[in-house]
Amino acid sequence: MRWVNLHLSRGQRILLGAAPIALLLLVYLVMAAQRHADNPLDRILPLPGAMAQAMAALMFEPDQLTGQLTFWVDTLASLQRLGLGLGIATITALVVGLVLGVLPPVRATLGPLVTGIAVIPPIALLPILFIALGLGETAKVALIVIGIAPVMVRDIAAHVGALPTEQIVKAQTLGASSWQIMIRVALPQALPRLIHAVRMALGPAWVFLISAEAIASDVGLGYRIFLVRRYLSMDVIIPYVAWIALLAILMDMTLTWTSKRAFPWAHGAGH
Amino acid sequence: MNAAPAPSVPGPILSLQNVWVEYGDKIVLERVDLDIEAGSFVSIVGPSGAGKSSLLRIILGQEQPTRGRIDLDGAPLAPECGPDRGVVFQRYSVFPHLSALDNTVFGMECAQAPVLARLFGSARRAAIAEATEMLHAVGLGDSMHLYPAQLSGGMQQRLAIAQALIKRPRILLLDEPFGALDPGIRADMHKLIRALWRDYALTIVMVTHDIREAFTLGTRVLALDKRRHDPHAPHRFGATAVYDIALRKDPDPDPAEVSAAVPPAIPQSPVPSQESA
Repeated sequence: MRWVNLHLSRGQRILLGAAPIALLLLVYLVMAAQRHADNPLDRILPLPGAMAQAMAALMFEPDQLTGQLTFWVDTLASLQRLGLGLGIATITALVVGLVLGVLPPVRATLGPLVTGIAVIPPIALLPILFIALGLGETAKVALIVIGIAPVMVRDIAAHVGALPTEQIVKAQTLGASSWQIMIRVALPQALPRLIHAVRMALGPAWVFLISAEAIASDVGLGYRIFLVRRYLSMDVIIPYVAWIALLAILMDMTLTWTSKRAFPWAHGAGH
Repeated sequence: MNAAPAPSVPGPILSLQNVWVEYGDKIVLERVDLDIEAGSFVSIVGPSGAGKSSLLRIILGQEQPTRGRIDLDGAPLAPECGPDRGVVFQRYSVFPHLSALDNTVFGMECAQAPVLARLFGSARRAAIAEATEMLHAVGLGDSMHLYPAQLSGGMQQRLAIAQALIKRPRILLLDEPFGALDPGIRADMHKLIRALWRDYALTIVMVTHDIREAFTLGTRVLALDKRRHDPHAPHRFGATAVYDIALRKDPDPDPAEVSAAVPPAIPQSPVPSQESA
């Protein structure tokens, strides 16, 4: 049988999907055990016990200087920055993308500007942001927004612009004004695409967050990773990275679920 | 907002005078003179590229003629689409994100709620009642709460018709509305559009590839084609109505009798055959 025709059951898919992950973990454990057999004080590939110990200290014991639970404070700070950045970028993408996609004069006016901003590497703007906005939260959130909003705006504008002309014409024959077409025809059809755009922007948003935190911060997941790197604390870095991955996956799953629940018509309802 | 009373203007409901449509140096339509009487069912046939859809689009207001004048009820046509001209396209005529009922209510919401485009309370109940009646009239009474993706192709076209009729347009424009449907479904749709045309006293202009359909449904058949042909510059001559065949004056025939009737003899070429269309 051809491989293209091999369709797997749910159980088989889960099994196959878990295999490479399990293999990777196994390889790590073997290598870590080997290194620890040679040198019990090895810091490069810590064993799970060491990671649990290091993380327990960060999660449950207040920091001696600040008196706070470091891990949770880091998580909260990072999620707050990420949430603000994603939120502002999402609202911008929806509003600007919608008017760009529906109204030709706005597209002619703002299209080149959005394209221009979108091609600038956001990290190159980071010095400008730090100079203009200081080293505080604003600059970090602004970096995320500038990094992901232009792409999202263009995605939404393209999606709205690609709505069949027949629909727009039909709406006009039903008496709809430009505004009514925007809020009743374009906006609802842009929303599932917006959720998709947010999912696609999650990866870059994390990149910009970690970058900003690595360069100038005193709290946050990215800050912690870059701080403990000085002490080769792989027992903290690896769990932190895994935690970031878990958070990203949870966000992605939540968004997918929301889109399916809220917009059944966009996911082949009833078929 | 219901049943816009027919203005007591004598003469045709729609009148095209010396209408030309050109794209760059390509002439699509030339010297189209056309009067359409209220209550007629005009079928437009012609080979591909003869400007059938262009003619429909300029009547719709989606495109402007390069030259000439179009009057609706004696007044020049506004240069954009409006609720006085309803339309059903071959595809994409309904909104995928709205249920059948909401698709039908949409036209009333646009007229009555300019800012929110949504109705509430008793206004919404009245709109729903009217939309429900219209959906029953097109045979979608049992599918009101389904999304278009859950409807078959024929049901989507029924919905598109209901959606257009709720605005009581002066003219209903159909652009190959049944072209994508199975033959059996198409026959049902013919009966439906015939019945609606009679019951709602509609004026219909329909573009079709199907000559048999054109003659079965229409009270008048227009064949578009080029009168002149330059083999070295085929794009320099546009199409116009080469045949204009009035089929029957009786606006109220029995639909069953109509669909059983054999199409009248088609004049010899250059009326396009179905194959070349």
